[in-house]
Amino acid sequence: MITIAGAGLAGLATAYELLQRGAEVTLFESGSAPGAASVARYAGGMLAPFCEGESAEEEVVTLGSRAFEWWAKITAVHRRGTLVVAPPRDRAELSRFARRTRGHQLVERAEIAELEPALSGRFATGLFFRDEAHLDPRRAIVDLAQMVETLGGQILYETPAPRQVDLNCTGMAAPLSALRPVRGEMAILHCQEVNIRRTLRLLHPRIPLYLVPRDDHHFMIGATMVESSSTRAPTLRAVNELLSAAFALHPAFGEASVVELGAGLRPAFADNLPRLVEQDGVLHLNGLYRHGFLLAPEMAHRAAAKLRPQSADIFAKERIG
Amino acid sequence: MEFYGTALASRLFLGTAQYPSPKVLCEAIEASGTEVITVSLRRETSDGAGTGFWQMLRQTGRRILPNTAGCHTVQEAVTTAQMARELFETDWIKLEVIGHADSLQPDVFALVEAARILSDDGFKVFPYTTEDLVVGEHLLQAGCEVLMPWGAPIGSGQGLRNSDGLRAMRAHFPNTPLVVDAGIGRPSDAAAAMELGLDAVLLNTAVAKAGDPIAMARAMAQAVIAGQTGYQAEPMPRRDMAVPSTPVLGLAELI
Repeated sequence: MITIAGAGLAGLATAYELLQRGAEVTLFESGSAPGAASVARYAGGMLAPFCEGESAEEEVVTLGSRAFEWWAKITAVHRRGTLVVAPPRDRAELSRFARRTRGHQLVERAEIAELEPALSGRFATGLFFRDEAHLDPRRAIVDLAQMVETLGGQILYETPAPRQVDLNCTGMAAPLSALRPVRGEMAILHCQEVNIRRTLRLLHPRIPLYLVPRDDHHFMIGATMVESSSTRAPTLRAVNELLSAAFALHPAFGEASVVELGAGLRPAFADNLPRLVEQDGVLHLNGLYRHGFLLAPEMAHRAAAKLRPQSADIFAKERIG
Repeated sequence: MEFYGTALASRLFLGTAQYPSPKVLCEAIEASGTEVITVSLRRETSDGAGTGFWQMLRQTGRRILPNTAGCHTVQEAVTTAQMARELFETDWIKLEVIGHADSLQPDVFALVEAARILSDDGFKVFPYTTEDLVVGEHLLQAGCEVLMPWGAPIGSGQGLRNSDGLRAMRAHFPNTPLVVDAGIGRPSDAAAAMELGLDAVLLNTAVAKAGDPIAMARAMAQAVIAGQTGYQAEPMPRRDMAVPSTPVLGLAELI
C-alpha cells in the first residue's frame, strides 16, 4: 500500500501512474471534493510547452511532451493550438517571443481571421503554435479523481494525512524550505457574444496575459505573477490589468459577466522547475509552479517509478526508503 | 565618489524584476559584480513578505536598495518607503513617484515633496528624476545627496535620449553622485552614460529580458568599466578632418 498526502494535481497524477503499475494507493486530502483545496483550480489548463519556452528552461518543453496523450486518456483535451498576438505598439514583443520559442508560424490578418473570426481585423500579425492544446483544469481534476477511484485507488477527503506517508504532494503546505510561493490572480468571464476556440496570448511588456476558452462561452483570463505568500482576494490593480487586457483582445468583453475572481499560490523552487525531493524518509513531488498540467504527467511518472520500480519486489520500497 | 558615505567599487546597480527564475537572477547578480540590487516593493507583496524570494535576495549578500516602483502619489511612496525600511532594515530608498501611467515619467513635483518628507525622516533618498537642473536643485534642497536622472522611459531600452542634458547635469552638479536610471538597453548605452562622467548606471529590463540574462549582466559590467575608464582617460577631441596617425616625415620620395 502506497500512501499519498494531497489529492491535488500532483497527488492524483502519481496515484494514477502507480495504479497503472499495479500498486494499491490511498490518498489523504484536506479538501472536501476533488480539487477543492488545490491551487490547480486557478490554473489556465494550457498544454503549451512551446509558448512556455519563452521564459522557462528548455526542460519544460521536453518534460511537457507527454502531456497531450496522457491527459487525452483522462479528460477532454482541445488540441487547437495557441494564437499569440500583440497590440500595434508592442509589435517588438512579438519578434522577441518568436525568437525565444519554436513550433510556431507567422500568421497575418487573413490567417488570424480564419483561425479566430472574432479577432478578424483586430491584429495585423501573430504567431500560431499549432501543436498546443488546452483543457478545463477543474473538470480534469474531477475526471482524474474518478479515474483513480475506478482503478481501485482510495481517496479519503477531509482526512488529515498520517505523519508518515510515502509521497507528499501538498504544494505550499509541504515542509520544504527551498519552496517559495508565487502568487497568481485570475478571472473567469462569461460572454455570450464572443466566440473564441483556442488559447490566446496577448503580449504586453508589463503583463503578458492569456485567455483560455472554457465551456459555454466562459473564458479564464490570467494571470499575475507576484513574489508573495498572500492569499487575499485579487487586488484592484491586478483585476484592472486582467480585465483591460481582455477588453483589448475584444471590445465585446466589455459586456462580459465577471463570474469569478481568484488568487492562488504556485509552489516553486528557485529555478521554477519541479522536482522530486527525498526528505526524512518521505518522497516529495512539488514545485510545479505555473506548469502543473503540462509537467504533472512526466513528474508523476518519475515519482511512480521511484515508489514502485517496474520490476517491483518486496524489498523495492526499502531501497528508496 | 561616495553614495551617502558608502564607497562602491562596482558602478552598476541591478534591478531584480522580470527574470525567468530566481536562479537566473542570482547568477546574473553574480556575473554583473554589482554591489547594489534594487527590489520593487509592490504594495501587494507587503502582507506576504518574508517569503523565499526575499530570503534569496538577502542571501546574495548585496546591499539592497528598495524602490517605490508603481507609486503614483506622495502618500503611497512614503508609506511604501516606510514598509521597505522595516522589511529590509535599510534607510536607503530609491524614490519613484510616477506621474503618468503610460510613459512612467516621474511626477517631479510630488517627487520633491516625498523626498523632503523621507529625508526629514532619516531616509537616504535616491530619487528617480529627469535631467531637469531646477528639479535637481530642489531635490538637493529637500535633502537628497544623490540624483538619478532617466536615460529614457522605464523599460523602453532606448538608451540616452538626451545626452546633452545629462552632460549639462554633470557640469551643474560636479560633486553630486549621478546615476542614470531607466532606459538603458544595450551595453553601449551603459558605456555612453559612464563616458559622460556619470557615476553609475542602474538597469533591470536590459538584463532580465535579454536572451541570455547572465551573459548580458557580464556585458553590462564590462561596458560600465569601459565607459568609466574611458572618461577618466580623457577621450581625444572630435575633429571634422582626417589627421594621419603615422608621421609624414621620412616617407620615401619615389621619383
